[in-house]
Amino acid sequence: MAVLTQKKPKTLFEKFNDATWRRKFVTNVLIPWIFILPLLLIHIYVVAIPAVQGIYMSLTDWTGVGMNVEYIGLENYRELLFEDDKFGKALGNNIIWMIFFLTVPFVLALFAATMLSQIKRGGMIYRSILFIPYVLASVVTITIWKNLLNPQRGIGAALDKMLGLEDVFGIAYLGRSETALMSIAFIDNWHFWGFLMILFLAAMQAIPPVLYDAAKIDGANRWQEFRHVTMPGIRPVVLFMFMMVAIWSFLAFDYIFLSTQGGPGGASEVIATLLYKNAFFRFEAGYGAAMGVVISIFAGFIIMIFVTLRRRGWDI
Amino acid sequence: MTAIGKVSLQDAVLQRGRSRERSRLLVFNHAVLLLLTAFAIVPLLVLAFNSVKTNLEIGQNPLGPPINIVTDNFPNAWARGHFATTMGNSIIYVVATIAAELVFGGLAAYALARKKPPGSDALMLYFLVASTIPLWMYIVPLFVQINALKRLGIDARFLLIMVYVAGNAPLTIFLLRSYMIDLPSELEDAARVDGANEFQVLTRIVIPLTMPGFLTVGLVVGLGVWNEFLLALTFIHDPNQYPVTTSFYKFVDRFDRDWALTSAGAVIIIFPVMVLFLALQRQFINGLAEGGIKT
Repeated sequence: MAVLTQKKPKTLFEKFNDATWRRKFVTNVLIPWIFILPLLLIHIYVVAIPAVQGIYMSLTDWTGVGMNVEYIGLENYRELLFEDDKFGKALGNNIIWMIFFLTVPFVLALFAATMLSQIKRGGMIYRSILFIPYVLASVVTITIWKNLLNPQRGIGAALDKMLGLEDVFGIAYLGRSETALMSIAFIDNWHFWGFLMILFLAAMQAIPPVLYDAAKIDGANRWQEFRHVTMPGIRPVVLFMFMMVAIWSFLAFDYIFLSTQGGPGGASEVIATLLYKNAFFRFEAGYGAAMGVVISIFAGFIIMIFVTLRRRGWDI
Repeated sequence: MTAIGKVSLQDAVLQRGRSRERSRLLVFNHAVLLLLTAFAIVPLLVLAFNSVKTNLEIGQNPLGPPINIVTDNFPNAWARGHFATTMGNSIIYVVATIAAELVFGGLAAYALARKKPPGSDALMLYFLVASTIPLWMYIVPLFVQINALKRLGIDARFLLIMVYVAGNAPLTIFLLRSYMIDLPSELEDAARVDGANEFQVLTRIVIPLTMPGFLTVGLVVGLGVWNEFLLALTFIHDPNQYPVTTSFYKFVDRFDRDWALTSAGAVIIIFPVMVLFLALQRQFINGLAEGGIKT
């Protein structure tokens, strides 16, 4: 020890003249960082720098064009949270959207995955078909369902004809303010739930079959089996997806923009569509950036809730 | 398995009891699953039906199978939707993004999994935090930044690819790194003893052994780019550079009432994805599931 500590630390110059040290530096530090840099620089340029700029931009009244930028402090946020009715309405719709997506696809996916996990033969075929909607582009999914929900030619009209009714089911689901948001959520869910099911199914298949046998011997019925064997086994995945879906609910854009653009009269407006229109159609870049920051705060808040719960001993 | 005693007898009793109960229950399972399968597939069938009908027939029979099959819609949609151009563009976006992602992501993941240079932990933390930043936080300043580069004469397609590569970077690094960490390092050491340099270790040993990881990333990223709408809408304004998604969006807007034409266009867009999906079902499903959990 004494010998080691008494060794004089080398200066940078001396280190550089030491061939072994130089070779080690090149292979262990320099080359690895050269490998990392391209992707890191692209990422910093596309994500990190604009994210910081976004915070600054949200404190200005910039339109998005020209050099006229005035620092206005938290004015955008004050307007957003206390004056802009559209934003309040959009936030409410995001929360409705979140409640829908934290329940409907989860129940559907858990149910289907349970059914599927008990099947030995033909499971792969079901699995593949149920997954197909997930690989479709949003533009295609919306086109399909716009046609199917058409008041004159869609499913509703066909149902009316079958039952001898008129304009009961054959209504403009996407054109009415009472049904627009839920119809789009239904369409998005058609595309999405199969993905959730695959995740749950994979988790269920990882549960040792012995546990099910043990439950059988103890005389568990199907519900008890699900409740005490399946659920504990897949709980980490379910809770993780709860967090992800809650976050995604505040980012929802494609399906709403493509079907109604937030209409009619703001009935299906969410923060993301409002942001997009403000920033890119109405030249309110600063105001749009403020909405982006608010969305991010929501996302961060959701992550914090889950991290706190995990610390408290809920093993997620 | 040679002992035929109490245990296997118990097993047999259990097995028989189970299979009797199961066969009764499986009818219910299949009924439910068939219903859900219909829910997933019937809308697609209607789309396929309408793509081979005339508009006249769609008017009378908008949901059922076609009575007369016509194939004119496909060449019509192909020409009027400029699919020759936009398909080419989408292929460029997909292939270039995958290639750049795998090359840069592979290099970075290798360095982070194996070399762990000083600063690795901070870098992983950076990507972890960055992966939680929503696109909406930075899309407006990014738009300004990209526009400035466009004015300098840089091709918008190149810039969009760059945005895609960056957006998928955290996922790529996490996935590839986890594959590489699982690899026993003795193989690499053996190659080094044999005189291979760092680059050769990567290309001859690490990449071939972590191929499934690269395939997964390629599929997830490729499908995402092929279907991507928002970023393409935001950054590509020249119709000659549109990918199929934004081009189809304008196409549907223009031929709103022409269901035969728009249905055929939709079939054209999903055709390549469906072929690939049916050929690589397992990789697709497992890959997307893995990508979904790791992000």
